[in-house]
Amino acid sequence: MKKSKPRVEEPMSTVIRAPDGAPDFLVHNEGDHVAVSVQDVAPGRRRVVHMDSDRELELEVSEAIPLGHKVALEDMAAAGEVIEYKVRVGLTKKAIRKGELVHVHNMRSARWQNSA
Amino acid sequence: MAEQRLSGYRRPDGRAGIRNHVVILPVDDLSNAVCENVARAVPGTLALPHHYGRLQYGEDLDLTFRTLIGNGANPNVAAVVVVCIEPNWAQKVADGIAKTGKPVEAYSIERFGDLKTLAAASRTAQQFLQDAGEIQRQPIERGELTISIKCGESDTTTGLGSCPTVSQVVDSHVNDGGTVIFGETTELTGGEHLIAERCASQEVKKAFQRMYDGYIEEVERSKADLFGSQPTQGNIRGGLSTIDEKALGNIAKTGTVPVVDALEPAVTPTRRGLNFMDSSSAAAEYITLMGAAGAVLHLFPTGQGNIVGNPVVPVIKLTANPLTARTMSEHIDLDVSGLLWRQFTLRQAGKRLLELVDRTINGRLTCAETLGHREFVITKLYRSA
Repeated sequence: MKKSKPRVEEPMSTVIRAPDGAPDFLVHNEGDHVAVSVQDVAPGRRRVVHMDSDRELELEVSEAIPLGHKVALEDMAAAGEVIEYKVRVGLTKKAIRKGELVHVHNMRSARWQNSA
Repeated sequence: MAEQRLSGYRRPDGRAGIRNHVVILPVDDLSNAVCENVARAVPGTLALPHHYGRLQYGEDLDLTFRTLIGNGANPNVAAVVVVCIEPNWAQKVADGIAKTGKPVEAYSIERFGDLKTLAAASRTAQQFLQDAGEIQRQPIERGELTISIKCGESDTTTGLGSCPTVSQVVDSHVNDGGTVIFGETTELTGGEHLIAERCASQEVKKAFQRMYDGYIEEVERSKADLFGSQPTQGNIRGGLSTIDEKALGNIAKTGTVPVVDALEPAVTPTRRGLNFMDSSSAAAEYITLMGAAGAVLHLFPTGQGNIVGNPVVPVIKLTANPLTARTMSEHIDLDVSGLLWRQFTLRQAGKRLLELVDRTINGRLTCAETLGHREFVITKLYRSA
């Protein structure tokens, strides 16, 4: 007899859209290579705000960036440093284009060599 | 902020607590059943079951004793009933707690059995509970309290919002003469130099570096790939890509004040200000160590929604993740997700958290307390003999 799988309900709506006037991305510091999305962002021209300087810019985002994920603010070469918080937070696994998602598929720890 | 009068429970050793628990404390796993039955027989008392205490040795045993004695001695605890399988270690733990001057009684099970022990321990627990009910709240200063901090199931929103909010309170509390403990040794990886630079003296810096290097050596000796453990699967789901990135968010909650000491696990700070403690980043283990060090309140920023609580130390949880705030609201004491959308300033968020700290000191129950989260977990350094 086939056992039925226990159902896991998705809790409420999981799409996060910020109210009008809110930025799409925040950058910790001037000079950082990445910005963090503060809502679920679809591809297109999006608003980026620097937290330290309040400076704003527009960025052409080429793929969907879920809430809390990072987007590249500039082109990055393979095996280069990824700067966030003014500090190196990892290395690129391959070249990353400005406007692309930056996450575990294209960056890794600079410190834990065993880390994938 | 309107000046709020703060009140707490003054203990015989002079320290102030914000809760008034009567604790039933097992020294070992075998004594959990009696302790839990005492707490059932005398509702209102608090059993602290855990998994260890047998055949431990060396540093690992010392840490277990410090953890048990420290939590019994915690100012949030009015009185303690200690239960152990045999009398020697029961007395050792009870004597350690008795140094605070609070009421403690020790019971052992061998040559009595569970049922006689239960009867005797329950009578004492009943007496302690009635006596504790007569302890009045008195005026206290926030600055005399030890507050601990640690984030959990972090994501990028912790670094953007909830950790910087805690940072505001850390600076304010230390400037008021208070003590704050942070730790999570491996979770500083990538930003450990920032902590080393903030150490108040060469001696503290050396101690910090020795602890950090020691923990990392231990991790590296395992030759394991920590990806998925540190950072956790939840961290990764929330957008954190590396331990290095996670560390920077973690450090964002430590304020700007100097690090005045580097403590071994479960050791009570002797210097006011921001103390580092060598510790695991696993939430339940960590807060249990903080309770042992005398923390009476814990501030816990979360991203994806870590739901941890502690029986001795109330845990205030805050999040800047709007999805977590929406879907897990019963766990979140303070929603600062408006920071992401720039609806209020960091200073305003810090003020809200400080107000909540004061209300919690005065008796407001945290979400974790109301939901019965009482994770009490001993940090084990290596396997028992």
